[in-house]
This record gives sequence, structure tokens and C-alpha cells, in this order.
Amino acid sequence: MSMIEFHNVNKWYGDFHVLKDINESVESGEVLVICGPSGSGKSTLIRCVNRLEEYQKGHILIEGRDLHGDDVNVNELRSEIGIVFQQFNLYPHLSVLKNITLAPIKVRKTPKKDAEEMAMQLLERVGIHSQATKYPAELSGGQQQRVAIARALAMKPKIMLFDEPTSALDPEMINEVLNVMKDLAREGMTMLCVTHEMGFAREVADRVVFMDFGEILEQAPPDEFFRNPKHERTKLFLKEIL
Amino acid sequence: MHWDVVWNNFEYFLIGAFPEGPLGGLAMSILLALGGIFGAFWLGLAAGLMRISKRRMVRLPAIIYIEIIRGTPLLMLIFWFYFLAPILLGQAMPEAQCALVALIIFTGAYIAEIVRAGVEALPKGQMEAARGTGLSRFQAQVYIILPQALFNMIPSFVNQFVSLTKDTSLAFIIGVNELTKAATQVNNRTLTSPTEIFITIAVLYFIVCYLLTEFSRKLEKRINRYQARTR
Repeated sequence: MSMIEFHNVNKWYGDFHVLKDINESVESGEVLVICGPSGSGKSTLIRCVNRLEEYQKGHILIEGRDLHGDDVNVNELRSEIGIVFQQFNLYPHLSVLKNITLAPIKVRKTPKKDAEEMAMQLLERVGIHSQATKYPAELSGGQQQRVAIARALAMKPKIMLFDEPTSALDPEMINEVLNVMKDLAREGMTMLCVTHEMGFAREVADRVVFMDFGEILEQAPPDEFFRNPKHERTKLFLKEIL
Repeated sequence: MHWDVVWNNFEYFLIGAFPEGPLGGLAMSILLALGGIFGAFWLGLAAGLMRISKRRMVRLPAIIYIEIIRGTPLLMLIFWFYFLAPILLGQAMPEAQCALVALIIFTGAYIAEIVRAGVEALPKGQMEAARGTGLSRFQAQVYIILPQALFNMIPSFVNQFVSLTKDTSLAFIIGVNELTKAATQVNNRTLTSPTEIFITIAVLYFIVCYLLTEFSRKLEKRINRYQARTR
């Protein structure tokens, strides 16, 4: 059974057809990089996976369970799928530690002490355990994004979604975030990453998916994808960003 | 100028005939204001959150309430409760309570709109991040949205509360023993120094409102010290 399956997923914003017949499946532990021009629907696609966006037609299955099945509790579902946003979206009124422990304490009912211990371990893993008592505004962009990753990991998700995690960062901070993501990929996390970091794709992606106008135009392992793109628009896109 | 009229009645302006008789004067105005602020805050918070609900059946009553109240003068509301209370309750409600209920319902509608604007002004990503970790909509409101939004709303709340404090003077019209009534009573009795009397009560209202804004400024500073802000 695949971790995630998309079956004929279609989505419209009014008349605008954002996602067109998306069919795809992602295995457990697979790292998928989704790229494409802006407005191609890639962010929308991964946001459908934890139902931050609704789709009008088709099905998405997580470990065989339909996202819109009657037995699915949306909060429980989301707690098992971590998401990291372009704009970090940390809670500015809470300390780094509380940003991370809030969901484990409130959703999973983890005792506060255990949650804090776990948060400290996660912060260590992303390399910023000395910043636990600070507020988000006191951290650099790269540090904030690493806190956001730790916050998502605190729920012990089966799947991690990354929505352009490095696009809002200064160039010198991109690598610190990518390194955390690479470690995560090597540890066997199932990851869907919308990103333009082609170096990252080359290094850890199992497959690269190219989207344009709401369609998946082609997908291949990174070697093949970069060396031998088949679709005209893929070639054009790669020429522009590489 | 006959300031002696003011001095002779100053205690009456402050607390009415208390403790021999009923409490009145400025003390009653302040009680009305405090009760009004407390009630209007919770009513407004509830109505404001209902107003932004995704469910139409929750949203609609809030919209109707807010629109009706915003289109009605406060004085009219006070009359309504004064004349309707005996019909609805089968017995007369004390004047001060009528005025208090009217003040709460009136100000609550304005607070509701402040709450709505404050919540809607927060970046959408805050709600998405909270929901993304599995928090329910309610939990996200309580732990993430409202603590930030309520802080940003403090200046607007203070505006509304100062306004409410001054509006307590309208309770005079149904005979509540508050500061304005005390002043007219003394003025009707003496008939010699309306200027002095009304200057005095104007100053008293000003002091109360000023203290209220001062308090809120301190509150804002104190919260600021605990919160590092990004904006």
C-alpha cells in the first residue's frame, strides 16, 4: 500500500482549473520534489494532502484511507502530516519552546514535561537548542524555519510537506534549512517538497515531478530528469532556473 | 461665581446619599461603566467570533444583532429596556439595571466589530499553521489567534470603553442616580450656579476617562514586555 495516492484529483478556484487530473502515488520513505513555474498548482497540490485546501473531484488516500472518508477526523489526520510553510508562520506571541510543545500538549495530551524534553531533543537535532526560550522575532529566518520544522516533527508525522521552505530566506541561510531536510530524507521520512532548490533535488529526491498549468507533465528520478527532460516546457523551465 | 454650592454638595456628587441613602453620583457612574465594560467585552467577543463563523446559522444572528444595534441610538435602547422590561419580566426592573443592560448590548455590538476586524487582520498563515499541527478550530482560536488579536485590539477597546463611560450619563433619562442626575438635582435645588456645577462634573468625567486610558497604556506596555513582536 502506498503512503499517498492521488486519484484523478481536480480542483477549481471558481472558473480557474488549478489541478487537472492528478494521478500519482508516493511510497513510504520516498522523497518527492515538485517543481514548476509559479501558479502551476504545486503548492495547492501539497496543501490538499492535509486538507488545508479542498478539492472538488477525485480522491487522495493516505495509507489507503480516503482523506474525505466518513471515518476520518481532520484534526487527527493533520496531526500525522507535518507542514512547513514558506513564511514560517511561527506563533510570534509564544517562545520557541512553546511553539513546539503546544500541539503535542493540546492535541496528543502529552504531559508538559515530556513534551518539553522532546522539544529540546528536536531543537538539538535542528541545531538551535540554545534558542529555546527566545521568541521567533529574535531569530534569523533560517533559525525560524528550523523551529518550524521542529514544530512539525514534534507531532511525529508520517509525512512531511514542504511548501517552498527556502524561498523567503536570505541566500546564506538556505543551506542550514536544506541540511535539516536532507537529514530528514535520509532518516526515511516520506516527504513532498515544493522547492526550486535543484541541488537538493539531485542529492536526496527519489523522483522529481514537474508541474505546469495544474498538470503533472513529467516525472523521473533526478538524474534522468535533469539530464534528459522530455517535455518542451520542462526543458524551458530547467534552462531558466539552472 | 458660587463655588460654595459645589463644595457643599461635593460628597453628593461623588457617592450620592450613601451610606444613609442609596449609592449615587460618580460612584454609580463608575459602577455602570465597569459593569458595562465587563459585560460588553464578553458579549462582544462572543458575537464577534460568531460573526466570522463559517456556519451561516451561527453567523446570521450575530450579523442581525450588530446591524440593528449600530442603527439605533443608545438613548432609544435605554427607553426600550425601561418600558419593555415590565412587559417581558412581569415586573419592573430597577432603573440602574435597565441602563446597564442597554449599555452592555449597545457597546457589545461595537466590540463585536472590533473583534472581527482584529481576527481578520492576522496573517492567514497563523490559522493554517495551527490547524496544520492538528489543533481544532476552537483550540487555534484560543491559543493562537485571540492572544495576538486581542492584544492588537486594545487601543480600539479603550476607545469603546471610554465612550461607554461617558454614555453612562444617558442613564439619567430614566432616573438612575448617577453623576449627571446628581448634578441636575443640585442645580434644580439651588438655581444659582449651573456653570460651576456642570464644569465640576465635566472635570470628574474627564478624570475617570483619563485614568482609564492611562491604565490601558500601562497594560499595553506590560504585555509588550512579555511578548517579542514581529510586527
